[in-house]
Amino acid sequence: MKNSEPENLGAHSRRTFLKSLGTVAATAATAQVQSVAAELHKVNSEKIIGPDAVPVTLTVNGEKLKLLLEPRVTLLDALRNYSSLTGAKEGCDRASCGACTVLLGDMPIYSCQKLAIEAQGVEITTVEGLAKDGKLSKVQQAFIEKDALQCGYCTPGFVMSVTALLKKNFHPTADDVKHACAGNLCRCGAHPHILQAAFKAAGVEHAAKTEVVNYA
Amino acid sequence: MPSWPAETKYISHATARIDGAAKVTGKARYSSDIQANGWLYGMILRSKWPAAKITDINLDKALQVPGIKAAVLSRGKEMTIRYYGEEIAAVAGTSKQACLDALRAIEVTAQPLPFVVRENDAIKSDSPRVWENAANYPAPRVRQNGDVDTAFGQCAAVIEGSYSTPIQIHNPMETAGNTVSWTDEGVTAWSSTQGISSVRDGLAGSLKLDHSKVRVITEYMGGGFGAKFGPGVEGVLAAKLSKEAKAPVRLMLTRFDQALAVGNRPSSFQKIKLGAAADGTFLAFEAENYGTAGIGAGGDGGGGGGGADIPMPYLYKVPNTRVKQAAVAVNAGSARAFRAPGNPPASYGIESAIDDLAVKLGLDPLEVRLKNDPNKIRQREYALGAEKFGWKQKYKKPGSSPGVVKTGIGCAGAAWPAGGASRNTHGEASINPDGSIEFRLGVQDIGTGTRTVIAVVAAEMLGLKPEQITVKVGDTRFPPGPGSGGSTTCASISPTVHNICTKALEQLQTLSGLADARGANWFAACKKIGISPLLISGQWVEGLSSSPAGGVQFAEVEVDTETGLVTVKKMLGVHDCGLIIDTLTLESQINGGIIMGMGYALYEERVMDDLSGVMLNPNFETYKLPGIADVPEIEVVLINMPERGVIGIGEPATVPTAGAIANAVANAIGVRVGSLPITPAKILAALGKVPPATA
Repeated sequence: MKNSEPENLGAHSRRTFLKSLGTVAATAATAQVQSVAAELHKVNSEKIIGPDAVPVTLTVNGEKLKLLLEPRVTLLDALRNYSSLTGAKEGCDRASCGACTVLLGDMPIYSCQKLAIEAQGVEITTVEGLAKDGKLSKVQQAFIEKDALQCGYCTPGFVMSVTALLKKNFHPTADDVKHACAGNLCRCGAHPHILQAAFKAAGVEHAAKTEVVNYA
Repeated sequence: MPSWPAETKYISHATARIDGAAKVTGKARYSSDIQANGWLYGMILRSKWPAAKITDINLDKALQVPGIKAAVLSRGKEMTIRYYGEEIAAVAGTSKQACLDALRAIEVTAQPLPFVVRENDAIKSDSPRVWENAANYPAPRVRQNGDVDTAFGQCAAVIEGSYSTPIQIHNPMETAGNTVSWTDEGVTAWSSTQGISSVRDGLAGSLKLDHSKVRVITEYMGGGFGAKFGPGVEGVLAAKLSKEAKAPVRLMLTRFDQALAVGNRPSSFQKIKLGAAADGTFLAFEAENYGTAGIGAGGDGGGGGGGADIPMPYLYKVPNTRVKQAAVAVNAGSARAFRAPGNPPASYGIESAIDDLAVKLGLDPLEVRLKNDPNKIRQREYALGAEKFGWKQKYKKPGSSPGVVKTGIGCAGAAWPAGGASRNTHGEASINPDGSIEFRLGVQDIGTGTRTVIAVVAAEMLGLKPEQITVKVGDTRFPPGPGSGGSTTCASISPTVHNICTKALEQLQTLSGLADARGANWFAACKKIGISPLLISGQWVEGLSSSPAGGVQFAEVEVDTETGLVTVKKMLGVHDCGLIIDTLTLESQINGGIIMGMGYALYEERVMDDLSGVMLNPNFETYKLPGIADVPEIEVVLINMPERGVIGIGEPATVPTAGAIANAVANAIGVRVGSLPITPAKILAALGKVPPATA
């Protein structure tokens, strides 16, 4: 009998694929296909979000932020453009500069790469949320004392990255700080002072290598 | 003649910047943070062709996109495109997403034209013309001194080398852009600029408005490095959108736009011939150089190549010189001023040639510099730096470092002759009966610490603390001051504040009858002011500032000869700083100059695709900036020279870094990599381990 399913038209038909796997594998593969199908059915039965604006509730710096956003709006845009929280900065909008770094729980993330709708239900901390009762955090204080900034546009991102590091590592090495800040760019070249500030915030003092010499 | 106090409490000491808290808490409002009432987003449609004749642009469908409130043309429905990324039209709408949708809906009818994007193609006489009425590569200008040909004949050694430098992109962390509100009363622009006055004048000119009808505000801005002096096409488009939409429009460039359209440092292709006597004294110098400023620093009116000349033979005294220079036009975004324009490429070229000649003569390259650099301050800086760096102990014959990972050292010098101060710098202060004082100057802080400089000088002069001084900058309604460029801000505003304080003390002393209104007497004196505040105006005065500035830098590198990777281990910068205002912010600027120079030496380069005419790396993934892990130990020596008054330091700090690093690399591996950036591929090619890359 001629098989109605073509055996070998393309590189793989479903039949040759299953045959080549053998009986045991075929059973497993079929089971997997079924579970994927079930999963798909479940997803498809859920309500599709968007493209129009939907209600979004973010928890930022301990407060609820209720917004109406298109699902394609990023967390960074939600903060900067739909609320007055402009501390997180947009430097590239494509996950390469780190100026938009915020904490999701204790984890530093690029807020330009997270949709606002995905960031619901988790505590978000921005640079505006670090000072408590008007008192700057140790990291913020150290950035000022060590002059770990110039134009200051990358600063919120670096402050958040160092804050996240010091939450889990109380005695960081220089390599730890460099690793923690590897995702943050600074064009003014504040890096040496950022390193000093991270140490200062961790309670370690490093003497600056600068000397003033009088020309006589 | 006014003078600076001999004993100081704040001047020449370390003061944390007074706006630091605003910057670390997110309270500082940058131009891109402005949320004017009812504001709209603005976005620009840019050319996808490197050269084209546009015959029609239809905005109708864009205007139908939900949320879109305005759409305007950049120049007209018919225009000639000269580079990939040139502005065609702009839209304003209620969300970024609506604008993105609208840009896609704009219909452009265009006829692509032939183009040329590489300098070595553009110099050919048959290359497609960037400007119809001007050659891409005009005849070089020749400058001649002495008898070069005879002098070369008398040299003990002569070297000939090719040294080239790439197009560098400014890439400030905040892109260029503005929020513009155009109402019946006039235009207000919150601009990310380093020149509020030049943005006001540029907007007023382009929009045909009285200058008095335009106000520019720049409370905080995220870096400029020379790229942000005027309103730019984007500023004018934002204003036109605002007028049409009857709402404020925020139009900040994307990171791609920033790389394509708002400036860069011109490239250079330097052929240098340098000859010296046996003791290293230079006798003759000959150079041919060309580079590109893209479609030309001259802009629409200019045409042809321009704006890419560099100072040659830079710092050094050579009795016989011949220099030929020309700039070549290519279909790419125009150059703009970039931190010490012309100087970093000039430094890299001549400093490389000097080391190559020293090697040929068997001399220590530092000794050759001391023999030929006529500047006494740099001579002293070299001596100081060499001792601190351990030059004599560390210097080895090129390539003699053992093992796979080779070490090397190098040095180079810098000058910034164009510095000085703007005489047309004004300021005012209001002093209240409660002793509070506010300074207002029409300058802006590009990140150097302008507010802090004003507070430090005022605190010193008045016997107060810097935190007692309120400082307002960044508004064209304040008395005018210079743009933040040419390393002139500090030397312009410090004497101005000195002048305001001197006048204030005179008036307060007359009012109060106190012999000295400073410090402990300040509040008692201010009580006599009466109801309305005392308003004091002042301006820049002679005798408190000077120029030029210079410096020298030393580099130590490791080069892995198997992978080609260069690691900078240490940088030492020795810079003359005049009267230092704040050691802390000064150190930040020198660190920053060195790190930017390191990027120029090792990582940064605009890459153009000659087949498509497109810039391949207008982003941070493939245009590599130095990151914190790349930054070496940096040691800074600040030469305090109070007798010179205040000078600027921002530019000299970045000039010699690439030359010093390039020389350290050549010293490590024993061969010269004749082009920046010094990538692993170029190192391996120089070592003969891989074939050289072909263009």
